[in-house]
Amino acid sequence: MYRYDEFDERFVHERVTQFRRQVQRRLKGELTEDQFRPLRLMNGLYLQLHAYMLRINVPYGTLSSKQMRKFAYIARTYDKNYGHFTTRQNIQYNWIKLEQTPDILKHLADVEVTGIQSSGNCVRNITSDQYAGRAKDELADPRIYCELLRQYSFLHPEFSYLPRKFKIAVTGSPNDRAAVAVHDIGLRMHKNEQGEIGFEVLVGGGLGRTPYIGQTIRKWLAPEHLLSYVESILRIYNMQGRRDNIHKARIKIIVNQMGIDKYRELVDQDWEFTKNGVLKVPDEEVARINAYFAAPTYEKLADQTAALTKLRAGDKAFDRWLRGNVIEHKVPGYAIVNLSLKAPGKAPGDITADKMDAVADLADRYSLGEIRVSHRQNLVFVDVKQSELYELWHKLVDLELATPNLGLLTDIICCPGLDFCALANARSIPIAQDISRAFTDLDELQKIGQFTINISGCMNACGHHHVGHIGILGVDKRNEEFFQLTLGGSSDQRASLGDRLGPGLPQSEIPAAIRKIVDTYLVVREQGERFLDTYRRIGIEPFKRAVYGDQSQAA
Amino acid sequence: MALVKNGELVESSFVDVSAAEAIPPTGAVIVSFTQWQAQRDALLARGTPLGIRLHSDQAPEVIAADLPHFAVVALEFPKFRDGRAYSYARLLRERYGYKGELRAVGDVLLEQLFFMLRTGFDAFEITSADPLRDYQIALADFSVWYQPAADGRPTAMQLRHRK
Repeated sequence: MYRYDEFDERFVHERVTQFRRQVQRRLKGELTEDQFRPLRLMNGLYLQLHAYMLRINVPYGTLSSKQMRKFAYIARTYDKNYGHFTTRQNIQYNWIKLEQTPDILKHLADVEVTGIQSSGNCVRNITSDQYAGRAKDELADPRIYCELLRQYSFLHPEFSYLPRKFKIAVTGSPNDRAAVAVHDIGLRMHKNEQGEIGFEVLVGGGLGRTPYIGQTIRKWLAPEHLLSYVESILRIYNMQGRRDNIHKARIKIIVNQMGIDKYRELVDQDWEFTKNGVLKVPDEEVARINAYFAAPTYEKLADQTAALTKLRAGDKAFDRWLRGNVIEHKVPGYAIVNLSLKAPGKAPGDITADKMDAVADLADRYSLGEIRVSHRQNLVFVDVKQSELYELWHKLVDLELATPNLGLLTDIICCPGLDFCALANARSIPIAQDISRAFTDLDELQKIGQFTINISGCMNACGHHHVGHIGILGVDKRNEEFFQLTLGGSSDQRASLGDRLGPGLPQSEIPAAIRKIVDTYLVVREQGERFLDTYRRIGIEPFKRAVYGDQSQAA
Repeated sequence: MALVKNGELVESSFVDVSAAEAIPPTGAVIVSFTQWQAQRDALLARGTPLGIRLHSDQAPEVIAADLPHFAVVALEFPKFRDGRAYSYARLLRERYGYKGELRAVGDVLLEQLFFMLRTGFDAFEITSADPLRDYQIALADFSVWYQPAADGRPTAMQLRHRK
C-alpha cells in the first residue's frame, strides 16, 4: 500500500500543528465558532448531539494492521472503546473532546492517517472499490489514481471553500462496488482497443434531498489528464455553484439546471487552457505510486478446491460462510475474505477497540497485514491463503465477525441516525437491529438471495437509502418517527433511484413490511432473479398491495 | 485601512470609492465595476492610477480586456466561506496575465490567508488587530504544497522528480 514519503509526512505534521493553533485560538476566543467551524470540519471534527465526533479517512479503503491498532488505541484512550465505519470509507469516533483532538490527529499522523477534508465544503476522502488490486474482474488498480487525487485535493488553495462538499469515487472494475454514479464525480475505468486504460467521467450524481444519478460528461479521459480535467470541473463549480441556498449548492443542482451539455462546454473551454500544462501527470509519478501498490509476492499455490469441498461437506456453517463471505482472488490458491460488521442485533459498522486489535492481529497472521474497508460498512482481508480459510473462519466466528450475510438482506447500510447525529430526524440503528433480529434464519437469508437494505435517519441520505434495493428513510411527523420505504434502488453499474412505496410506517411495523415485500418477491421471482430484477420486471404495485392492502390506491 | 502588501504593513495609496455616490475629482481611486462601465472615459482621462473592485458574483472575465488600465484589482470575500475569489485570482494571474496588485478585501482572516497567497493575491486588507503578525503566521504554516497554483511554489510532485 501507499507509504508517505518525506513530503507527505512533513505535510500532515504541519497540518496537525496548524490545527493545534486553530484550536487554541478558538479556546482563547480569538476565533468565533462561526469562523472555527469550517476549520475543524476540514480536520474531520463535527459537533454532534452529545459530543464532538471525529471522522478519520481510510483513503480508498486501504488500511494497514498498524493503522487499525492505532484506531483501537484512539478508541480506548480518547473515546468509549469503539468506532464506527461509515459508507465513505471513514471511521468515526463519537465521544471526542475538542482539546484532545490535536493530540489524536498527531497520533494518527504518525501512522499516516488523517482527518483532512473528511468533512467541510471541499473535496472529501477519495473512495474506491474495497477489492482494488485483488479483484479478478478489475482492469487496473484504481488506487493509483485515488492517491494522485488525494494529494491533489489536500488543502487545494482554490477549492477549499467550495459551495458545498464534493465527493469523488473511482472504480477500476466494470462491476461497480464503489457507487461511482452517486458521487459528485465518478470515475469509471475502461480499456480501449489499444489496451490502454482511460476514464469515463460522470458528474453530478449524489443522494441527499435531491438525488441524481451522475451523467457522463466525458466518455474517455486519458489518465495523464485526470488532474487537469477534474480541476476544470471543480473550477466551474466553484464559480457557478449556488451559494444562496445550502440545499441547492451541490454540483448536481447546477449540472441539472444548465444541462450536462452546457456544463461540458464550460469545462472544455476552461480545460483547453490547462490540459497540456503543469497538471499533466508525469509517467514517473504514476510509476512511483504504482510501485507502492504492486502486488505482494505471492506463494505459488494451487487452488484448494478439493480440500475445501471436503471441509464444506463436513461443516455446513463453514460452507455457508465460504459461499457468502469469501470471493475469488485473482491469484490461484488465495481468497478474499469479507468480515461482516452486521451481526444480528448490532449497529452496522460499529466495532470495539478489542476487536480492532484482534482484526489487526488476524490481518498480520492471515492476510499480509492489510485490511480493507468497504462502503457497505464491512471489513475485508484481501490476501488469504485458501489453505488457511478454515482456521481463519473459526477465529472470526469467535469474534462475531463471520456472520455469513455479505450482500444478503441483513448486510444493512445504516447511518448513525438520531442516536448520535445532530442532523437526523429519526433513529436508524434500532431499525437495522429490528430487521437483523427478524431475519436470523441463515438458510432463509440465502434463499432470499442478494439484497440490499439501506437506512438513513434523515433526507441527507448518509445511509444511501435511495440506492438500496429497499431504502428506509426516517422522517419526523409531529414529533413522531416514521419510516418511508423505497424500492428498486441500486448503486452499481446500473444505478437507479428507488421509488417511494407509500406513506411512512412506525418503527414497529417495519420488520413486518419487509417480510411482506420479501414474501411477495419469493412468490413471483423467476429463475435466477434477485429482488431487484424482479422489481424491475413487475414494478411497484404488487409490493404496495402487499404492504398497504387494497387501501394502497389512497396512498 | 491598513494593508499588508508583499509582507509589509503599508497605507494604501488608493481611495476605495466603489461604494461612494460620487468619485472625487483627483487622486488614485478604486471604483466598482458599475462605475467603471458608466464612467470609463472620464476615469481614463484623469491620468491617475486606477483600481477596480469586483463583487464575488463578478467573474474577472468582465474586465479581462481592460486589465492594462488597472494598477489594483480588489476581489471581495463577502464572507470568508465564499470561495469564488480564489478561482478569480488564479484566472487573473494565470490566464489573463494580470501583473498588478491583487488585493483581498472583505472578510479576510488569518486562517484563509494561505489560500489567498497561493492563488495569487499579494495585498490583504486583514480584519484583525495585528495584520502583519497574522500574515507571518499564515505564511509559516506549510513547507509542502501539493498543487501548482498562481504563486509558483514548487509542488511535492515537482520536487520528487526534479532532475
